[in-house]
Amino acid sequence: MHHTIDVRDLTFTYPDGRVALRGVSLFVAPGEKVALVGPNGAGKSTLMLHLNGILKGQGEVRVCGTRIEEGSIGEIRAAVGLVFQDPDDQLFSATVFDDVAFGPLYMGLPEEDIRSRVQHALEAVELNDYGDRVCHHLSGGEKKRVAIATVLSMDPEILVLDEPTAGLDPRARRSLIHLLHDLPQTMLVSTHDIPMVAELFERTVVIDEGEIVFDGSTQSLMADRNLLAQHGMEIP
Amino acid sequence: MHYNLTDQYRHQTSFLHGLDPRVKVITAVGYILAVSLTPEGAWWAFAFFFLVLCLAVYLSQLGIFFTIRRSFIALPFILAALSVPLITPGPVIWRIPGLNWAVSEPGLIRFLSILLRSWLAVQAAILLTAVTRFPNILWALESLKFPRVLVSTIGFMYRYLFVVADEVTQMVRARASRSARISGAPRRSVLWQGKVAGAMVGSLFLRALERSERVYAAMLSRGYDGCIRSLTRFQMRQRDWISLGLAGLLLIVPLGLGWMV
Repeated sequence: MHHTIDVRDLTFTYPDGRVALRGVSLFVAPGEKVALVGPNGAGKSTLMLHLNGILKGQGEVRVCGTRIEEGSIGEIRAAVGLVFQDPDDQLFSATVFDDVAFGPLYMGLPEEDIRSRVQHALEAVELNDYGDRVCHHLSGGEKKRVAIATVLSMDPEILVLDEPTAGLDPRARRSLIHLLHDLPQTMLVSTHDIPMVAELFERTVVIDEGEIVFDGSTQSLMADRNLLAQHGMEIP
Repeated sequence: MHYNLTDQYRHQTSFLHGLDPRVKVITAVGYILAVSLTPEGAWWAFAFFFLVLCLAVYLSQLGIFFTIRRSFIALPFILAALSVPLITPGPVIWRIPGLNWAVSEPGLIRFLSILLRSWLAVQAAILLTAVTRFPNILWALESLKFPRVLVSTIGFMYRYLFVVADEVTQMVRARASRSARISGAPRRSVLWQGKVAGAMVGSLFLRALERSERVYAAMLSRGYDGCIRSLTRFQMRQRDWISLGLAGLLLIVPLGLGWMV
């Protein structure tokens, strides 16, 4: 089975002894778009960093049917596009082109392929002529879009996004929501943006103190005011 | 809130802008070397070098005074050579009134030569960065077999200098916003202010360290495996080769002139 995320009984403790994940199990089906919500420090980012093997905890993580191990890590990283929260971390090259080309370059593709992938990725985020731009001079919304393009160019099966709408103005947020809606990949999106969750995702996973406390339809979550209040969320 | 460390690059569609960056890097470095190797007091050679520079500035279409105007930034560094006329032995031509320090003739010649060399070299570097985009300079260095680790270190520095400068601006503003003082209260000591500044530098360092870890994770996520790779950007065309040859000629002639005369 492809395009899946399959996490089983994952536990992770940071070197300083803080337990970030306690027996997390999660299954995301092909093509499904799932929201991951929960308070700050709940373990959202930690979980995401496990999905392409940056962090390694106890338990099992399978992505696209492949277990994450030393030998499969390159393959996994090409299949999972992980977009970090701060685009200044994601965009480390001098120009937009270099950054979007980084992933395909390390996949070992021939140059013409790399160029056409960069072209397509920039088209997908509607920043066609941005190749020569210097990353530092972009606006917040543009940076987020370029950050997404940097993983789209790798043609991933799964997109994992960490707080994609954080710090965006309403217009940039709106166009990002449209973009996420139109992208066909399997998606796991961590966010505090509850209105976006209600609009875009049928399924929501709530994580708090390293444990999954809710996993079900967004509609039923929104109806459960007690649960929401218990984990520090508000319905707008 | 954006720190605009002014980019040195000035966009134009001149002949110089259109050259392969490798040609420009080689020529600029060659120029600096040639100027540095020209013997002291070879004024004709220096004049020739200045004309070569003027020709390049003319070809860049940035205005003939462009590099001269910017070259004053480097003026303070000349101070380092200020003692040269005083400590070089030789016939004394002048004594500083009041101090009675002797200025020797060979010392003065040496000082003026250093002054001219650095002034010309700085202008060459200014012109290079004005007509070549920074990423292209990096690419040129890399394809000229400059050590890749160094090139990518410079690349990251260029990318994150702006980000760190933004963070500094934010911190300074945050400090200023909380630096209130009740009227009549005594001023804090310099030592105390120094401590605050020190703590700011420390936390900036920690932030940079944490960021470097996140950036590294982002690189790993996209398949980074420890070797640095890059795409070809430019192909040497006929006019690039011709320019390189002409530039070499224009540098060798004054250098030879300087040593023969």
